[in-house]
Amino acid sequence: MTASHSHASPIYGLMAEFENPTDLVHAAKGAFEAGYRKMDTYTPYPLEEAAEAVGAHHNRVPLVTLIGAILGMVGGYSLEYWVSAVNYPINVGGKPYHSWPAFIPVTFECAILGASLAAVFGMLTLNGLPQPYHPVFNSPNFVRASRDRFFLCIESQDPKFRLEDTRRFLEGFRPHEITEVPY
Amino acid sequence: MPEFENPDVLPPKGVRPPLLGPGHDLGTVTDRIAGIVLQKHTPVFWLMIFGVSAMLFGVLNAAIGYLFFRGTGIWGINIPSGWGFAIINFVWWIGIGHAGTLISAILLLFKQSWRTSINRFAEAMTIFAVMQAGLFPLIHTGRPWLAAYWLFPYPNSMGVWPQFRSPLIWDVFAVSTYFTVSLLFWGIGLIPDFASLRDSAKTLVVRRIYGIFAMGWRGSARHWNRYETAYMLLAGLATPLVLSVHSVVSLDFASAVLPGWHTTFFPPYFVAGAIYSGFAMVLILAIPFRYLYGMQDFITLRHLQNCAKLMLATGLIVAYSYAMEAFFAWYSPDKYERAAMWNRMTGPYKGYYWTLILCNIILPQSLWFNKVRSTPWRLFVVSLVVNTGMWLERYVIIVTSLQRDFLPSSWGMYWFTKWDLMTLLGTMGFFTLLFFLFIRFMPAISIFEIRSLLPQSKVKE
Repeated sequence: MTASHSHASPIYGLMAEFENPTDLVHAAKGAFEAGYRKMDTYTPYPLEEAAEAVGAHHNRVPLVTLIGAILGMVGGYSLEYWVSAVNYPINVGGKPYHSWPAFIPVTFECAILGASLAAVFGMLTLNGLPQPYHPVFNSPNFVRASRDRFFLCIESQDPKFRLEDTRRFLEGFRPHEITEVPY
Repeated sequence: MPEFENPDVLPPKGVRPPLLGPGHDLGTVTDRIAGIVLQKHTPVFWLMIFGVSAMLFGVLNAAIGYLFFRGTGIWGINIPSGWGFAIINFVWWIGIGHAGTLISAILLLFKQSWRTSINRFAEAMTIFAVMQAGLFPLIHTGRPWLAAYWLFPYPNSMGVWPQFRSPLIWDVFAVSTYFTVSLLFWGIGLIPDFASLRDSAKTLVVRRIYGIFAMGWRGSARHWNRYETAYMLLAGLATPLVLSVHSVVSLDFASAVLPGWHTTFFPPYFVAGAIYSGFAMVLILAIPFRYLYGMQDFITLRHLQNCAKLMLATGLIVAYSYAMEAFFAWYSPDKYERAAMWNRMTGPYKGYYWTLILCNIILPQSLWFNKVRSTPWRLFVVSLVVNTGMWLERYVIIVTSLQRDFLPSSWGMYWFTKWDLMTLLGTMGFFTLLFFLFIRFMPAISIFEIRSLLPQSKVKE
């Protein structure tokens, strides 16, 4: 998103606040069916139905985790091989320098370590976190998104977004309140 | 089974206590759990426990300081008993951590919703227990600055590397991976709750501090989607990891040729014992916590009963292992193996052995009674007994095998010193200190996961 692009509209989007998850999912599904794509829901706990409603079915966290696991595994084994057979070969009880069965536990631990680090930091990176500023926090009642309210924001970036039309559209779902979210 | 309303009164037969007290909604669970952290006033009991554990932490510092000054001669270790309290305490503490991962990862994969109230502080328990455990490999040589190149593979000016064929180096990798993964699991679980604290905070400073840790979490559907995926993947990764950690710890013993150690069944035996002692520690922490903070609505009798049942089940596996250990020795043609077992039962340390049998096998059978499983103080006493027994188990395994090996001319005795005892008590203080700091500054129960347990959190068709 470029700076000029983001100021095409004076507001970030329209935020509709709902009192229960059923109304939120209903509205999100309705908005998706009406052709809105640039939108998101904000809920105090994970809501699978909301993710599906805004079109977030798949994500790349498993792929990133797999890559982390492979890097950890290959890295761990290579380290053991290089240390024990190449750089610092020591004869211990006549065992071969490249005694691969003894290298498995460390390889396993390194794979787990790589996968876990990739899963967590991959998830954070894909989510764009840490993020010091985001416009949705300008919405007046948004503190309750981490407590007991459910929010749907249709963003002004969406090609179908027209301030008045979209507001009227959202009102059809009987939200508790609709507010404009400034940048 | 039907559920009973009041979370703190034992329901009639055939009725289960609920998972959550009645009358809660999304707002009240947030206020109740965040309230512990956000309250201005620090409770008197907190200050008292913190004070006592801080003193014990001081004792730990004194014991370690003197150790670094004088060396391991201040401990009771000798030849043949080169391993003493340091390794006993290491194995005991790392075992305690295992229940935390079992609750947070394995019960998550099995979709056990009762894990939700206790997973957060069980994970904290894991991290703090692994920290105590990790202290011992660092200090057990008395020269911790040498630990760097003895333990970790890094290019150093001497050009030496660790020995990857040794289970001791596997242990370094297993324990440090376990610590890191536990920390990650706990850390990502805390992010949405830090966001709740940020949004509930009453002063700007508190809001800023929790805001930094919340990293700008806003509960977006796309974020939750990736978050849940990462959380499940971590659970799937932590499950084989936790089983590997105590298995690798047991290989430290099993790969030695000493009678009493050289057994193939050590890994499952150690893992069962680890989970057994871990559940005992979960109860030792949960029972005072729910009482002192009035959290009976969240940690109900159902949670305590379930922990007690798991403790009973793993305790029976441990009892079976003890029986098998004795049977293997008797059935084997190896006279050293037989002598080692006989020495445990009738030798100079027989008091330790029979106390451990009493603590780990006989007294925990009281858990078969619903009355014991459903009375918090009784459960608390049984848990203390079990953790004492598990410590003694490690004492018996380590000391009796080392003090009498193959050659009677090399036999000896091991008795601990006051410095050994100070180190053990000190780690208990350090553990309690960390745990109470955690309760004061972080949500000890996962707020967002409790929210999703509420009936009103479900989407109705």
